[in-house]
Amino acid sequence: MSASAATSYPRTWTRPPFVKRAWLRWALYLGALVYLIVSVGSVEVNWVRVWEGLDRGVRFVQGFLVPDFTSRWEDILIGMEESLTMTVASTVVGVLISVPIGIGAARNIAPLPIYAICRAIIALSRSFQEIIVAILFVAMFGFGPLAGFMTLSFATIGFLAKLLAEDIEDIDESQAEAVRATGAGWWQIVNYAIQPQVMPRLIGLSLYRLDINFRESAVIGIVGAGGIGATLNTAMDRYEYDSAAAILILIILIVMAAEYSSGYVRKWLQ
Amino acid sequence: MSDTQFDKSWQKRTTKQELLLWLGWLALVAFFVFCWEVMNKNTIWAFVSDAPRQAMDIGSRMVPPRWDYLPSLMEPLWDTIAIATLGTLMALFMAVPVAFMAARNTTPSTRFVRPVALLIIVSSRSINSLIWALLLVAIIGPGVMAGIVAIAFRSIGFVAKLLYEAIEEIDAVQVEAVSATGASKAQIMDYAVVPQILPAFAGITVFRWDINIRESTVLGLVGAGGLGLRLQESLNVLAWPQVTVIFILILITVLVSEWVSAKVRHAII
Repeated sequence: MSASAATSYPRTWTRPPFVKRAWLRWALYLGALVYLIVSVGSVEVNWVRVWEGLDRGVRFVQGFLVPDFTSRWEDILIGMEESLTMTVASTVVGVLISVPIGIGAARNIAPLPIYAICRAIIALSRSFQEIIVAILFVAMFGFGPLAGFMTLSFATIGFLAKLLAEDIEDIDESQAEAVRATGAGWWQIVNYAIQPQVMPRLIGLSLYRLDINFRESAVIGIVGAGGIGATLNTAMDRYEYDSAAAILILIILIVMAAEYSSGYVRKWLQ
Repeated sequence: MSDTQFDKSWQKRTTKQELLLWLGWLALVAFFVFCWEVMNKNTIWAFVSDAPRQAMDIGSRMVPPRWDYLPSLMEPLWDTIAIATLGTLMALFMAVPVAFMAARNTTPSTRFVRPVALLIIVSSRSINSLIWALLLVAIIGPGVMAGIVAIAFRSIGFVAKLLYEAIEEIDAVQVEAVSATGASKAQIMDYAVVPQILPAFAGITVFRWDINIRESTVLGLVGAGGLGLRLQESLNVLAWPQVTVIFILILITVLVSEWVSAKVRHAII
């Protein structure tokens, strides 16, 4: 009897802990807790200001419920026109520039010096947010959509060239090998072995970037790079929350339409 | 008797396809030229041709960086990190219920609740955090709080979208196994659904935190606290040597946060 009682199995099961070592687990929890308390403590909130602002919030919500499209319609139209043309032009130019850079940044087809240069360009373009680039370009090119176009093209290069390079590095090597076996040169390999494999994804990514560029074009106007962001900023400065709400609703609608249609085109391409 | 003639050369497409393709490209080029013209209606080309000189001028003003400005940037840096971290945390609390309402297999009602959740996700995603900050600075006043809420609002859509996709992809067999033990609804959630999405959840959180660090560095441009506030101040007085220091600090912060998030994601997955 006593022998069978010795092999007693646990009656309950508990989940394995998140981190095995107990001291490390507790140190992590404690560290997180201390950081949270300190950082929450460092946030200064002027509750009187918040209380006074609440009725602006209410007015803004009202503006959303009854948006005013008409009184600033001319400005909205100009802003939208700038934003949309800026988006299209910058995506086209950005894609055109990022294709050679993307090819150059793929280790399997580019020699090392070119690879290093192209990767450096990509890193440079990716490390700064659009808004900072926009500040610099506005200082150089003056106010207006051309600065915005430059910013978005620059940002597109980093995004698209990186993803394209990764795509080229991930291609099915046997197809490239087969084309190479026919005695094809470098250009022919790129054209017949690599281009057909990456083209559908490149088009998909370009459409995705078109979408992103429109969203960004709504932001860079805040620092003077033209587009609907400038109109929105003006509306906010004038406390015309109903016009601002109308602009935001238009932005959301266009983004939704772009997302839906680009999904449709991508499905059609495959 | 072999009279089957083969073409000597191989073509990817037929002539008709080729023509259509060229037509498509032509249309794209024409559209681009049209957009370019409309966009540059009001461009003053004298300013544009002046751009290289302006760039040189700004470049020469930006060096040498004013390094003794660096210590006074530590407090805004702390604020920036606080905005990103607390904003992410706040977003998680709001995004998790939204994600469970949006996922087809956990939503209480496909017809009424799911569209509302999807609408929340879409609106939060299509408005950039800077625009959220612009609104919130007007409503709750300038400062770190507006930044935190802006980051949180922007992140809800992102986190909820990725999370609800993860929830929809869970393995139904495990859910069934747990429910076969007689587990209640809450227990099924706790033991079958949550463990399956936890790695994805942690990965999404860290990923978004990394993006939020990036975004919170510039939120100050519209008055929402952090490093951007100092950037705005320096730009307003054209103190380019200070701007250089801020740029370098932003770059280092972004690189470090990217490294941290890559490490953590690597450890989780």
